[in-house]
Amino acid sequence: MKPDDIPCLPRGVRLHNDPVRGQWVLLAPERALMIDMVGHAVLSRVDGHRTYREIVDELAGSFDAPREEISKDCSGLMDALRNRRILDVVK
Amino acid sequence: MTAVKPPIAMLAELTHRCPLSCPYCSNPVQMAVRENELDTQVWTRVFREAADLGVLQLHLSGGEPASRPDLVELVDAARDAGLYTNLITSGIGLTKKRLDALDAAGLDHVQLSLQGTNAAMADRIGGYRGGYDRKMLVAEWVGEIGFPLTLNFVVHRQNLAQLPQALAMAEKMGARRIEIATVQFHGWALKNRDALMPTREQAKHAGRIVAEVRERLKGRLVVDYVPADYHEDFPKRCMGGWGTSGLNIGPDGQVLPCHAAQSIPHLKFESVKARSLAKIWYESEAFNMYRGTGWMQEPCKSCDRKTIDFGGCRCQALAIVGDAAATDPVCSKSPHHSALQLQADAHASSEGSALIYRLPPEKTVAH
Repeated sequence: MKPDDIPCLPRGVRLHNDPVRGQWVLLAPERALMIDMVGHAVLSRVDGHRTYREIVDELAGSFDAPREEISKDCSGLMDALRNRRILDVVK
Repeated sequence: MTAVKPPIAMLAELTHRCPLSCPYCSNPVQMAVRENELDTQVWTRVFREAADLGVLQLHLSGGEPASRPDLVELVDAARDAGLYTNLITSGIGLTKKRLDALDAAGLDHVQLSLQGTNAAMADRIGGYRGGYDRKMLVAEWVGEIGFPLTLNFVVHRQNLAQLPQALAMAEKMGARRIEIATVQFHGWALKNRDALMPTREQAKHAGRIVAEVRERLKGRLVVDYVPADYHEDFPKRCMGGWGTSGLNIGPDGQVLPCHAAQSIPHLKFESVKARSLAKIWYESEAFNMYRGTGWMQEPCKSCDRKTIDFGGCRCQALAIVGDAAATDPVCSKSPHHSALQLQADAHASSEGSALIYRLPPEKTVAH
């Protein structure tokens, strides 16, 4: 992810609050990915408007962790989802 | 035994009726007749029960689900229940108008089947003239509406040479995913092993093509690949493990651990008409029979892979070895493995076998 990239969840991908398992799930074509708290903090900020840099800044503000570490987690998750076409970058 | 977890995915076979008659159809050889199909109300209740049980993904399938006049209502009900809805279709029976209505009802994803990459192949395998042209039209409409699309190409000896064209087609259609699924030899396909079994060479070549395209189209097209089972050395983790993450409901409401489970004659299946889905999932004999590892015999019992592949496919163990609790003969540790490999090569080198097409469900209930 580059700082000015704007990530988005493409059509057919959505965050779902699963009452049965008591956790967030990312629903996508033929996939249901269980999302932890960090994952949810990242993905709930993916709205097709905020840039990657803005998302990392926000997370650095709300979590007590070094920005580099947050950026590493964030891009790790986003790259993995991008390779599976579960997250896109706005063109 | 560890606690049973709720299922993630449910396959709803809305009907066994289908305009196509593919010789590898996954429907049972004995099909449910139209008169016994669950109605809209019962499916609506079942979708709610499924969501309450923990199902996240609903696959609407058949037969051809578009053969159900109430398909749009069913999608609406499924979304209402909070389920992610996936339509698994040949495209036949869908119009632009109907797709628009499915869009309005909240359909999440479309999986379009492909029998071949040109009309000559596709219509011969599907047994339905004009099917290919219609399918291409449906694919265009799906693209116009913007549904995420998965192309599902079922491959076998007769059409494997078209694999590169199918991948190019998926790319051109803007599909996000393509599933390359080698025919699984159950039910109808079991009758067609001589005509459909891929050669070992074909299977290897397909594996190389998939690896190359995965690398080249990384981040653009996701390629899921089900290799030719009989030629492998380790069995597939069937259904993610029996009664572990998925369940199937037949058109008449029978709840099955997998779509071929009815081929195991000693299993008794329960119906959503008589019992709640949760009770069936957690308590029924059919689901508990091969759940976990307690049922296993040697060599599975002491195998370090037993929780990786759960001994493979129960239906295949029964069909080939005659014992549903045996190790899947695909496994190199099975005493039947080398016989299966020889058998696979014999099927693959058989010449001139005609396709045996699936037959439609009987018109009336037999008494």
